[in-house]
Amino acid sequence: MLPSELKPEQFSAYPPQAKALVTQNLAVLRELPLSFLPGLLREAIEFDFRFPAERKTLENEIGYLARLSTALRRQWFDEFSTIALSPQLEHFDWVNSPAQFVEQLSSHLWTTHQLDAFRTAATDYADRLRMALPVQPPAVPRLGITVIGQGVESYDAPLFRRLRSHGAYFSRVAPGNGLRILLDVVSTRAKTHSDDYEHWYIDGGDPLEHDPALTCISYGALEPVRAAILRNMHSHIEKPGMGPEMLRTIMAGWRPSDLGIRSSTDAVLDRFQVRLLTEGSGTQIFSTSFTQWAAREALRRAEPSTLFVRFAPRQRQRPMNELLVPGAERPELDPLGSLIDADIGAYYNWLNQQRLPGAEKGAFLAWFEEHSSAVVIGPSVPRGTESHQPTDMRQLLSWIL
Amino acid sequence: MTFLEQSGSQIARTRRQFLRDSAGLAFAASLARSPLARAAAVPINRKVVVVTFGGGARDQETFAPEGQENVPNMLRDLIPRSTFFTQVVNRGILGHYVATASLATGAYETINNFASLPPENPTVFEYYRKDRKRPSSDAWVVAPSNGFNRIGESSHRSYGAGLGARVILPKHLLAAAMSAGHADYEHLLRDNYESPFFTPDLAGNEFELQQLEGLLKLSVDDFKAHARTLSSPDELSVYIARQLMRQAAPSLLWITMHDIDIAHAGTFSLYVDGIRRTDRLCSEIWKAIESQPEYAGRTTMLILPDFGRDADSDPGGNGFQHHRTGDTLSRTTWLIAIGPGIREGVVYDRAVDSVDLVPTIGSVLGFSASQSQGKPIVEIL
Repeated sequence: MLPSELKPEQFSAYPPQAKALVTQNLAVLRELPLSFLPGLLREAIEFDFRFPAERKTLENEIGYLARLSTALRRQWFDEFSTIALSPQLEHFDWVNSPAQFVEQLSSHLWTTHQLDAFRTAATDYADRLRMALPVQPPAVPRLGITVIGQGVESYDAPLFRRLRSHGAYFSRVAPGNGLRILLDVVSTRAKTHSDDYEHWYIDGGDPLEHDPALTCISYGALEPVRAAILRNMHSHIEKPGMGPEMLRTIMAGWRPSDLGIRSSTDAVLDRFQVRLLTEGSGTQIFSTSFTQWAAREALRRAEPSTLFVRFAPRQRQRPMNELLVPGAERPELDPLGSLIDADIGAYYNWLNQQRLPGAEKGAFLAWFEEHSSAVVIGPSVPRGTESHQPTDMRQLLSWIL
Repeated sequence: MTFLEQSGSQIARTRRQFLRDSAGLAFAASLARSPLARAAAVPINRKVVVVTFGGGARDQETFAPEGQENVPNMLRDLIPRSTFFTQVVNRGILGHYVATASLATGAYETINNFASLPPENPTVFEYYRKDRKRPSSDAWVVAPSNGFNRIGESSHRSYGAGLGARVILPKHLLAAAMSAGHADYEHLLRDNYESPFFTPDLAGNEFELQQLEGLLKLSVDDFKAHARTLSSPDELSVYIARQLMRQAAPSLLWITMHDIDIAHAGTFSLYVDGIRRTDRLCSEIWKAIESQPEYAGRTTMLILPDFGRDADSDPGGNGFQHHRTGDTLSRTTWLIAIGPGIREGVVYDRAVDSVDLVPTIGSVLGFSASQSQGKPIVEIL
């Protein structure tokens, strides 16, 4: 089936808000090329479970496409229209399974050497959209805080090497009460600007006591869900013919209720957490991978004003098949390896924060927990500088807030 | 010039600068040498050892200033004695099995990366054995077990059955050698993150144990005892490769390593550990070549990753973790060529294609890779 043949009743299986969004804009969707539309529907079908920032982005995008003249719209999608698709893709049920279609499309693009052309088309489209839609900066300049190195007694090699050139490095930060000071700052922001999903706390272990105004997820609290996922994964892995792609497709279909999550008052966050564990690589077994991926996805999807991330030690490496078996034994930890993981995780958190609107006004702080090394980045912080004078956490914060 | 070519040139210049700073190498434009003099230096009965590693390593973790601490052996021992190509572009599918198959056939394969399928185009081993009328004992592959068991022989009807390389899978060998209990060897049977899945039985334990005792002249007990001293699957592969070189001395030996691909689990520390181990193992392979009479002075070694990994700057990826975006950094890697007749300490930054590898080996070993999409890299012939 081609997009031009779309009818409202074909979206009957969509959740209510998603169905409304799509059927109200059917006229424009019919004009989009098949190489593009399922990617849009993949976002739309989840509309009921999206964060406010995502909903707004999607509504703005579809609304803008609807307002384009036919000639201009054709011009925008000209590159996508030149992508040759197979009859199998055309006959795929892309209306009800857009995510699976996109997986198949990806495979098709690689196989037919059209990936570069598609990549160019997608980049050009994103650039056009960015130019066309107004950028909405956050209500307050963003603040990112990443704390690394929990459980490490000493570490002599330099930390924050990739961040230092973007801000100021401090080597003599008094660590006393540092975590509490940072969490208090985050809580204060959450109380002052209290929109949904604007202020996050992500912990790679068990969360510290925190203000309920924060959106909090943690590797520790998700232990029962991770165990359920590993049980399910293990049972599938042992089946003949199972491969990563098939498993990924199966996992993408798992919902909170499939994994023993009782329906909470926050279906959006439930769905987000399950996706972290079913779509992220290594998030099911390594706390550091979970924490980095959770921060990346929270920034990309929820676009929060405040993100406080605390890495915790991951388990030591073992054979992968063994790691995927949910075991009763408490795993041996690897604090030093986790510190190195978290060091680049801090850098990625800053990079992902910089991709959001208002980046030029945003601030970032990374700290080696209970130690004296920290780096701060912000509009008023001189880049590539170092200070070896004694200071403390409150002073560091005062320079970026 | 396409975007990929422009970006590739940037990468090449950057790598070249890194090498200039770190190793004080010369550059090709300033060098001229008589082809006759070079030909006189090349021995007969040549051999080729190819080392590929799945899960490419990026500049930041290798040749950039902050990454050089991870590749001390390549920088100190190999690169000053080799010709280094700063820009090898892989225009195919960036999956490890299909990309390694493409390297081995000199044609961009489109087979399913995760299926147990042979390459569709003739492999370098088939070209070599058919053209040079060589026995199967003269072409070998040592590979990580999952998915690579079909890499030695294509399904091509003019080549294929009976003309391929013998494939040795060290992890399967070890699994077969263990009668019971895996506790001491679990770290050597580690799978990479993307394929911890069911894999069908291959030729069976008996056959593999025959390989161990018959061809490698290694008792099961000695093998197990030595394996206990090793720390990773790639170390096991190199141990087997060295044993193979001593006992069978194949003229064409292809070693594929895979430890670096732990990066898919998102753990940067383990990824860097993998790079450091691979760096050390590449140096050890070259030392083994130089120390064995069957190989010393007549062997060309070619080292290259199958491709790169995603750039930090690409919002579609997640940095070092994957190679899914198809961006320039994930498509661009490098090649070290070392051996008799190859200029030492020379860097070329023109773009070569990863499918050029097979025709280049063909020129070294004297066969025609007639169906390859690549062309010989003349600078190392």
